[in-house]
Amino acid sequence: MKYIDEFRDPQLARQLLQEISRKTTRHWTIMEICGGQTHSIMRNGIDQLLPEGIELVHGPGCPVCVTPLESIERALAIASQENVIFSSFGDMLRVPGSSKDLFMVRSEGGDVRIVYSPLDALQIARENPSKEVVFFAVGFETTAPANAMAVYQAAREGMANFSVLVSQVLVPPAMRAILSAPGNRVQGFLAAGHVCAVMGYSEYEPIAAEFGVPIVPTGFEPLDLLAGILKTVEMLEAGTPGVANRYGRVVQREGNPAAQEVIRKVFEVVDRQWRGIGMIPMSGLGLSREYDRFNAEKKFGVSHIVASESPLCMSGSVLQGKLKPDECPAFGRECTPLHPLGATMVSSEGACAAYYNYHRNVSFP
Amino acid sequence: MSIAPACPLPIQQHETVQMAHGAGGRLSQALMQRIFMPHLSNAFLDQLDDQAKFDIPAGRAAFTTDTYVVSPVFFPGGNIGELAVNGTVNDLAVGGARPLYLSAGFVLEEGLPLQELEIIVRSMAEAARKAGVLIVTGDTKVVGRGQCDKLFINTSGIGIVRKDVSVSCRNLRHGDSIILSGSVGDHGMAIMTTREGLSFQSGITSDSAPLNAMIEAVLEAVPTVHAMRDPTRGGVAATLNELAVSSYAGIEIHEGTVPVRDDVRGACELLGIDPFHVANEGKLVLSVAAADAPKVLEVMRAFDCGREAAVIGSVVADHPGMVVMRTAFGSRRVIDLPLGEQLPRIC
Amino acid sequence: MCLAIPGKLLEISLENGLKMGVVDVNGTKTRACLEYVPEIREGQYTIVHAGFALKVIDEEEAAESLKLWQELIDSGAFDHDGEMPYSAAT
Repeated sequence: MKYIDEFRDPQLARQLLQEISRKTTRHWTIMEICGGQTHSIMRNGIDQLLPEGIELVHGPGCPVCVTPLESIERALAIASQENVIFSSFGDMLRVPGSSKDLFMVRSEGGDVRIVYSPLDALQIARENPSKEVVFFAVGFETTAPANAMAVYQAAREGMANFSVLVSQVLVPPAMRAILSAPGNRVQGFLAAGHVCAVMGYSEYEPIAAEFGVPIVPTGFEPLDLLAGILKTVEMLEAGTPGVANRYGRVVQREGNPAAQEVIRKVFEVVDRQWRGIGMIPMSGLGLSREYDRFNAEKKFGVSHIVASESPLCMSGSVLQGKLKPDECPAFGRECTPLHPLGATMVSSEGACAAYYNYHRNVSFP
Repeated sequence: MSIAPACPLPIQQHETVQMAHGAGGRLSQALMQRIFMPHLSNAFLDQLDDQAKFDIPAGRAAFTTDTYVVSPVFFPGGNIGELAVNGTVNDLAVGGARPLYLSAGFVLEEGLPLQELEIIVRSMAEAARKAGVLIVTGDTKVVGRGQCDKLFINTSGIGIVRKDVSVSCRNLRHGDSIILSGSVGDHGMAIMTTREGLSFQSGITSDSAPLNAMIEAVLEAVPTVHAMRDPTRGGVAATLNELAVSSYAGIEIHEGTVPVRDDVRGACELLGIDPFHVANEGKLVLSVAAADAPKVLEVMRAFDCGREAAVIGSVVADHPGMVVMRTAFGSRRVIDLPLGEQLPRIC
Repeated sequence: MCLAIPGKLLEISLENGLKMGVVDVNGTKTRACLEYVPEIREGQYTIVHAGFALKVIDEEEAAESLKLWQELIDSGAFDHDGEMPYSAAT
């Protein structure tokens, strides 16, 4: 597959690994922000191949994992209502609320449908004018353009039976929160390549300067990840913090202006709860006033629903890189992908699920 | 001049399944005569008794049952009918049995076009012919509209186990080669990409096929095959895990040795699905002493359904009960059972 | 987050007033919204996420990074024994 297979070449990977080893003179802790990167690292066993000095910790960049419990509860409440077609990306259906998930709502008679694109949800609304169609608009900056376009288009078509339950989050405030937290160990970041495809990377420059860390926009294939790690190590070793792009074929400094424009029209920056972490000020997107009539929370009167999480679940520490998944006492015991306590065990890119699926009980040489 | 009012005779010729088709009366008979018998007719079924009577050759018999509920019932590369025959034939064959006789039970949804039913029955007949088995008894019920999705089919099958063969998922031995008959994920992705709401087009077709001829040839050449499974639901990952757990043996798979069709790979990448977790309907996984592997491969590759047969890994002393993938980069990862339904994901 | 896969744009169309396209990923075709890549031409590769093309892939950049890594090898900076560098440093 073009632009995939070339970036999985084992021989080139070996050379990049050797170069990383050659450049590494001491211990460095690097966080990959994005759960997609965590998944790729685990799937390809890249963490096993790095020199001992390089420790990868896994970041909060998994929208499924950080969507707060109360959003899940609100989704369940809306999906259970008569006359509602609730549509969602497949990822969200298994995420547990406090007593059930969307699959269970479906089995109880709720009309819950999986879509691949938010525009598919819009199509469902066109085809079912007598039903209320709600889309669960979760995601980071990568998914924001798609979710924004669905709302923008619904407005253009004057659709009254479409609304969105928004749980959009933003990366830079989360990075600030991690770097400011007491006990932070993260010394450098692999920034999420596809977030940067949309937003560019200029917004990371002040963070790199303020906290003195290297931030390297990085892709998802094994060679991309290794190139990102190599650059981060080089900057750490040289003591030159800053932002350096290692995903040039997809990321430019200014990002995608057309996408940013629609995001700005439809959404505005708001405070947002992160599951396992808590409230991070100005870390999410909500519908702007102009588009607030598409707000499903208001339309269905579910804004009052609040929820608290299992005290056993330590996903907050995992999401901030303070704890490795298998260091959690509940890991693999009370908490498994079949009975997840927290969302990091649900999504296939959640750090806990990635550990459980790919590394469990295997002692590697 | 006036036309005398005609006496309202009941309609005899319907284009769709009616509740009365399952009521045992005239319409039930009509359904038999019009749809089922023309295609499935054989000396046993033609008796129209409540049971089929036949002699069983001496030896061990194998008996299996499976129910087929695929949606959509027509998919690229096949339909539920041939799936129902091939699936049960394969379940017998992977036990080392020669499949002989099948039963077929139908649950039809009121309103199912009879034309569709006939196509499905015809492809069952063709599949049975190809596999060399007879459908000797059957049953039909009709349920109200919305109570099933077009039709469900149950097939049970009886076969005779070869005397010189003892295959079992508990028989894996250290040093065995694990052989896979061909590309993975075809059936599941053929279904997935036709699902409503997922706007995909692909040339992916189901791999639904009977494996009994190939398996018989393999066992003829190498009767000492240790274990055989057809990796259906849960894909190759589930099958390998079952073998590893049942035998309390470790399995190591080598990434890159497992064939995946290009378009299947594309669809899997797009939807974020692991082809190892996707269902197959015409594939075979077997475990055999490494010394016998070349012979088994040679035999399998002579069959259409085994042309791409390859050794994909081996049974190892480490990590008993677990399946581990050796990646192209030299690292290792666990291959676990898939978790329920395969869902397209964005992340 | 953010599964996004490169595919080749086959055709461009207009649906409900939106610029849409058919993108081929290794033989599987999917519809993608092209509103965010107004400059895209048929035959170009783009990254698709949740049914949206987010970026036209920069072919020169892609070739450049591969070339750079290849040059690292060719320059003899590496050993060629093929061994994984488990404990080469640290």
